[in-house]
Amino acid sequence: MCNKVLNIVVAGLGGQGVLKASDIVAEVAFTAGLDVKKSEIHGMSQRGGSVSSDVRYGAKVFSPMVPDGQADFLVVLDATQVEVNRAVLKPGGILLEPALLAGTKLKSEKCINVALLGALSRHLEFPESTWTAAIARHLAPKLHSINFEAFAAGRLA
Amino acid sequence: MTNPVPARRSILSGDEAVALAALDAGLALGTGYPGTPSTEILEELERLGGRAQWSPNEKVALEVGIGVAFAGGRALVTMKHVGLNVAADPLFTVAYTGVRGALVIVSADDPGMASSQNEQDNRRYAVAAGVPMLEPSDSQEAYNFTLLAIEVSERWGVPVLLRMTTRVCHSKTIVETPGYPVPPAPAAGFVRDIPARVMIPAYARPAHHRLRAKLAEIAAWNETEGPNTTTAGGVEFGVMTSGISYQHVREALPDAAVLKLGMTYPLPLSAMREFAVAHQRTLIIEEGDPYLVESARTAGIAVESQPQIFRFGELNAARVARIAARDLTPEPKPLPGKPPALCQGCPHRTVFTALRDLNCIVSGDIGCYSLGVLPPFSAMDTLVCMGASIGVGLGLRHTLPPDEARRVVSVIGDSTFVHSGITGLVEMVYNPPASGHVVLILDNGTTAMTGLQEHPGTGRTLHHSATGKFVFENVIRAMGIEQVHVMDPMVNPQAFQDLVQSCLASGELNVIIARRNCLLAAGAIRQYEKCAESDKNVQ
Repeated sequence: MCNKVLNIVVAGLGGQGVLKASDIVAEVAFTAGLDVKKSEIHGMSQRGGSVSSDVRYGAKVFSPMVPDGQADFLVVLDATQVEVNRAVLKPGGILLEPALLAGTKLKSEKCINVALLGALSRHLEFPESTWTAAIARHLAPKLHSINFEAFAAGRLA
Repeated sequence: MTNPVPARRSILSGDEAVALAALDAGLALGTGYPGTPSTEILEELERLGGRAQWSPNEKVALEVGIGVAFAGGRALVTMKHVGLNVAADPLFTVAYTGVRGALVIVSADDPGMASSQNEQDNRRYAVAAGVPMLEPSDSQEAYNFTLLAIEVSERWGVPVLLRMTTRVCHSKTIVETPGYPVPPAPAAGFVRDIPARVMIPAYARPAHHRLRAKLAEIAAWNETEGPNTTTAGGVEFGVMTSGISYQHVREALPDAAVLKLGMTYPLPLSAMREFAVAHQRTLIIEEGDPYLVESARTAGIAVESQPQIFRFGELNAARVARIAARDLTPEPKPLPGKPPALCQGCPHRTVFTALRDLNCIVSGDIGCYSLGVLPPFSAMDTLVCMGASIGVGLGLRHTLPPDEARRVVSVIGDSTFVHSGITGLVEMVYNPPASGHVVLILDNGTTAMTGLQEHPGTGRTLHHSATGKFVFENVIRAMGIEQVHVMDPMVNPQAFQDLVQSCLASGELNVIIARRNCLLAAGAIRQYEKCAESDKNVQ
């Protein structure tokens, strides 16, 4: 890892679970013993507007915000939000968007955040068990099985 | 407070870290009024098992906090930056009286206005009121500085401002707690000290001298023992900064020497001077007003300031790099995202449809319903501050030609009405416009915009348990307003529109309470009511 900071941006619309998804990513990196910062703006965004959240991790992280053109991964939960956020990706950065899940049947649209985390998880070095533990900690027990399924489906997508 | 604080390691928001520190310090009471980005502090405090209360507004919250501290307890009072305007009256004088316990006031500023009507920089309040101020730059410091604020408050008997910003409040970073006890709180009890607590002029004059003496002592302490840190670098380039800007500076300018100021009032001017003299180029990077720059220059410290364009909005690592490079080329503008909107099925939609169709001149207020300004309604003509809808509406009525005056309505939410609308109604009764007036209170049973907090009009505490209820229509009728109408606007939108129209035509003073629970809160409200009902049956 050295001094490299990995930058992930999660974006979507208010109510889609953008912040929940970024909380889960941050917890996974935290559990792995890395320095982590997570940033977001909420407030007005809760009323269905655009929402995005930054997660950065590495040996040492200073600013909590991912600079434009430096995101290694951009996870977008709503197709309409891809273009508004694309500038955050670095050249060669990876976009994970709902179209990825076209061949995947989700039991609920509400799981799209966790499904795309499944897709993200394939690119990161953390074990699957760390992800499922973080998902379990951040979601109510009755939502666990449906989200574990969504995560597994996203991992295969 | 004899229990040691456990050694913990967790990832917390700045708001959560403040709550945890307050709890670890044996806080007697947390008070406040909801306001982004400060709201989560008291909610988290309550979740952790601490004692937290919503007040009707920030002024009352601070006054309650002052009472707690006079009684010897540790008080935390939370608000957003504009809330401190409301609480400014007690702030300026509690600086004189001082406190016996601890009084920590959180001002959560919102540079960039993610969810605010202005981007005022409340570091100015510390100077204006003579109140020491600490500025954390991440959640660890939010934790540490809350404890330090309590210590400073008790050591010198002064209130302390903990100035946070949106990025510090809402970012999550790692927090480690000390694993040893913080000093125990003094025992609560009344200590009579009339010259210190009763600010008649004869007692206030010496109190002002005492305040300045305390500030001089704190300034001396801040020079040598304050929470200010230096990062070594070359002699060519040094940066002085505070708060979140420090994090951007370390990222953007890894080779610069940095003096990070943790206590930004009173400033450690000698340390700043030494740092400035030691570097060939000393730049000050600060979000918001040129507060550090002006303070340094007033003290004769030569520093370079950032160009005016960086006074607007938040800073980030890229902007800091531009400042350091003296790059004044136009900054890239982010693409506009989807703006927020009133939820589908929100009762405010019916209200603003009626106001639009009746071609009303709408004096608006702060809350979700501010979104009535956006298409397809475009039905809000003014918005200034909490409670202003009523006073501004009355002023419009007093001054506009009669055919326009008759179209003016004031629109205010339930929580905002309790916060600062009541005195507006007193004004309406006392100085009624010739054309009458129509005030709409949009009672959706919650403080919706900030995330569904309770308020006195819901009859439930911060914990959602039943308590005394402020009943709008009873209070308003008791004020002498005869035309008080209560209607669910969604049952029959046409009937609601007809009611507004008839009130406008009446030429009298009218209050319409449009009552229907917020969609997002309705389910939870039903649960709370059911719990309260079953509690009653058990008794």
